Amino acid sequence: MTDESTPAASTAEPATVQASGGEPHDAARLNAITKSFFGVPANDRVDFDLRWGEIHALLGENGAGKSTLCSVLAGLYHPDSGEIHLDGERVDLASPQQALEHGVGMVYQHFRLVDRFTVAENLALGHPETGFVTSRRSLERQVAELGRRYGLEVSPKAAIWQLSVGEQQRVEILKLLYRGVRILILDEPTAVLTPQEAQSLFATMRAMAADGQAIIFVSHKLDEVLEVSDRVTVLRDGERVGSVETAEADPATLARMMVGRDLATPDRTRATAGGAALSVRGLFADGDRGLEALRDVDLEVRESQIVGVAGVAGNGQRELAEVITGLRRSKRGQIFLGDVDITRASTLQRIKMGLGFVPEDRMRTGMAGGLPLASNLALKAYRQPPLSKGPVVSQKAVEERARSLEKQFDIRGVRWAMPTSLLSGGNIQRAILARELSAGPRVLVAAAPTRGLDVAAIDAIRQILLDERDAGTAILMISEDLEEILDLSDEIVVLYEGRIMGRLDPDEASPEVLGMLMAGRTVDATPETAKDTA
Amino acid sequence: MNDSVLLLSLASAIVIGTPILLAGLGEMMTEHSGVMNLGVEGMMLGGGVVGFWMSSQHSSVALSLAVGAGVGALFALIHAYLAVTLRVNQIVSGLALVITGTGFAGFVGSSNDSALIYARPQSFLEPVFGESMQDLPLVGPLVFGHDWVVYMSWGLVAAAAFWLFRTRAGLAVRSVGEDPASADTVGISVGLTRYVYTMIGGAGAGMGGTYLMTQIFATYQHGITAGLGWIAFALVTFAGWRPWRALVAAYVFGALRNLGFTLQILGASVPSDVLNALPFVLTIVALIIISARPAAARKYSAPSALAVPYSRETR
Ligand SMILES: Nc1ncnc2c1ncn2[C@@H]1O[C@H](COP(=O)(O)OP(=O)(O)OP(=O)(O)O)[C@@H](O)[C@H]1O
Ligand SMILES: [Mg+2]
Repeated sequence: MTDESTPAASTAEPATVQASGGEPHDAARLNAITKSFFGVPANDRVDFDLRWGEIHALLGENGAGKSTLCSVLAGLYHPDSGEIHLDGERVDLASPQQALEHGVGMVYQHFRLVDRFTVAENLALGHPETGFVTSRRSLERQVAELGRRYGLEVSPKAAIWQLSVGEQQRVEILKLLYRGVRILILDEPTAVLTPQEAQSLFATMRAMAADGQAIIFVSHKLDEVLEVSDRVTVLRDGERVGSVETAEADPATLARMMVGRDLATPDRTRATAGGAALSVRGLFADGDRGLEALRDVDLEVRESQIVGVAGVAGNGQRELAEVITGLRRSKRGQIFLGDVDITRASTLQRIKMGLGFVPEDRMRTGMAGGLPLASNLALKAYRQPPLSKGPVVSQKAVEERARSLEKQFDIRGVRWAMPTSLLSGGNIQRAILARELSAGPRVLVAAAPTRGLDVAAIDAIRQILLDERDAGTAILMISEDLEEILDLSDEIVVLYEGRIMGRLDPDEASPEVLGMLMAGRTVDATPETAKDTA
Repeated sequence: MNDSVLLLSLASAIVIGTPILLAGLGEMMTEHSGVMNLGVEGMMLGGGVVGFWMSSQHSSVALSLAVGAGVGALFALIHAYLAVTLRVNQIVSGLALVITGTGFAGFVGSSNDSALIYARPQSFLEPVFGESMQDLPLVGPLVFGHDWVVYMSWGLVAAAAFWLFRTRAGLAVRSVGEDPASADTVGISVGLTRYVYTMIGGAGAGMGGTYLMTQIFATYQHGITAGLGWIAFALVTFAGWRPWRALVAAYVFGALRNLGFTLQILGASVPSDVLNALPFVLTIVALIIISARPAAARKYSAPSALAVPYSRETR
């Protein structure tokens, strides 16, 4: 897949090697960083430089080595070879702590928060100014204040496990701001944010950059990169392809640099929906904190239809998915699969009846991280032949099936018996989709199906979802990505505080109208097609 | 008559509960750092036998307790090296420690010239409070009738509770036990923390073993702990990883230990094996009760990373 005839690869050779004499030092300079895992380089002699006051985007396909490079700079991974200079000084970062002491902090793609601790406790953890005796109240006050200052509000008393992924991300950023870092590394921060939240994050980032701080921003969304960054560096297969000034870049060039070829975006098509495959009637359910998370939700997804659920994180999307898939109990209301009432059915029964689920948090509920990928891919199919005969699971069949799914879904970086958690984020997401779709579901509940995927993969996944739909599957797609919602859905519903705020036809909906509904405001122009659409 | 039997057995439940408490509290600290050390029984024996030897050489009880604690910590160091540095399976390494400690105690106890079996401690601890207070009804024997080690163990319970849940250091160790990767990224040394707390656990066991041999039995015999180390291990779970609950639980377990004697005095006979199994049965019952209430289950459950080795570059 390494196509060396990329035009961008040749045009963008680093023009950055400059004498540092007299000039102000770069915030960070990485020289020829190499880092291998199991003998395969994740970074191969990568050069990278970061100036003070800039927002530097890092682009690349899934598994290109972005997270690895960031982790090297953050002191988490020790490079096999290469040099790190921070503000002109050669350093050897033996731990994240040392990086923090040099003012380098990173928000990891997989969050680093202690689940059972509160927000305030997580911020206090390891902070040099935390007193020996921790005073819960003053801590909470400080945290709330900090959150307000940066527009990153989150309840300091809440335990992390009670927060949505979007909220947890805010805590991660707050944590670093609280530590006073000057080089901030954000590994796919917007993957979990709504457009509005992303905008306020960008505002925070710009303010920090204007302050003279330096920011590394990893994202798969080209328009975000173009909007917020000053410079872009592209990695492919662990090697640096090149760097460009954002002002001189456009989406097509960047995509070509990343992928090494031109992209074909799937056409948006419509299908004629069939009979009701999933119906939800008058559904009520509580959230983790015991508060009502779903209030009187009515929904219907028909065969060959994609219903997109839009909404800001934490407005009941997670609970909706969990109740439908049987992971959470509803308080009132009914759920039907076809015309069978599954409100009280077990998760297994639902799976057997053809319900597939792509969960929001791939590491925690999506995969058994310690198991090899082949086993994870077999997690649903192992009960039937050919994977098992009677009580015996055939390891050979499991491996064979895994290999064909890897090929079909283009899962990369798999090595035999390697724990799944070692795959790059995007490849884990592909693996989950592979497992769920290979079960041939009648109804698929997909939460953030393309979160964290690179552009090529997003297109591929979208095409897969559209094909699934055309093949008759009913898909309930929960996403905070408005573009995705608008591109794929045949019908859009907006969730706000556990209620359905409106139902829209994607042809009539605009991001503005959706944004208003997601913020809880009813719009006059909304076609109130409500419940009679069915 | 029956009244005083009950009171006496309650008071002696506190006495026999004290080594359980010391060892259990230590193991609790260890487990809060994410290390599970099944070797409590071995560390009690190994540390205790050296503490006992010290007590036969020197009249300071504090010194023999300190020596016992130190040797217990050294035994725990073996476990720390295996479990933290080499990342071997903690269950295996803990069980190996039981065997090592037991073997060590047997070796020291019988091959020594002045065989420890015939040795006696040079001094015994007296109750801290005067006769007049000990004679008070009820609280006299229960509260004021003990030596200073018992009161120290109460102090340790308070200190552990404060340390774990109110201090910066406590936050750090709990984060290491809950989510070492997160702790690592904010600059807490996972390895060092686990070493230190594993050794604290060993010290508690060694001290408990010494107290048992020098002050309760005043003699050394092969396998003298007779499963108390395992009870201390169960105690941590029974107490839901909370120090104050461990205090109560240690005395409950202590009372169960004494129940056999008490019942004998009262003329009933229950097979001792049944009684010995009771602490473990109780622990299971406690787990069942707690797990029925989700909120409590979350609060009183094991540290999430318990017995999971940590390596920075594994994700
Ligand atoms: N700790 C690790 N152990 C083993 N392999 C690893 C580890 N970290 C990364 N890798 C491998 O290195 C390669 C690069 O991974 P990395 O996470 O840096 O990619 P990425 O560019 O961040 O991708 P994504 O966009 O999917 O997050 C992948 O093949 C991955 O499987
Ligand atoms: Mg990554």
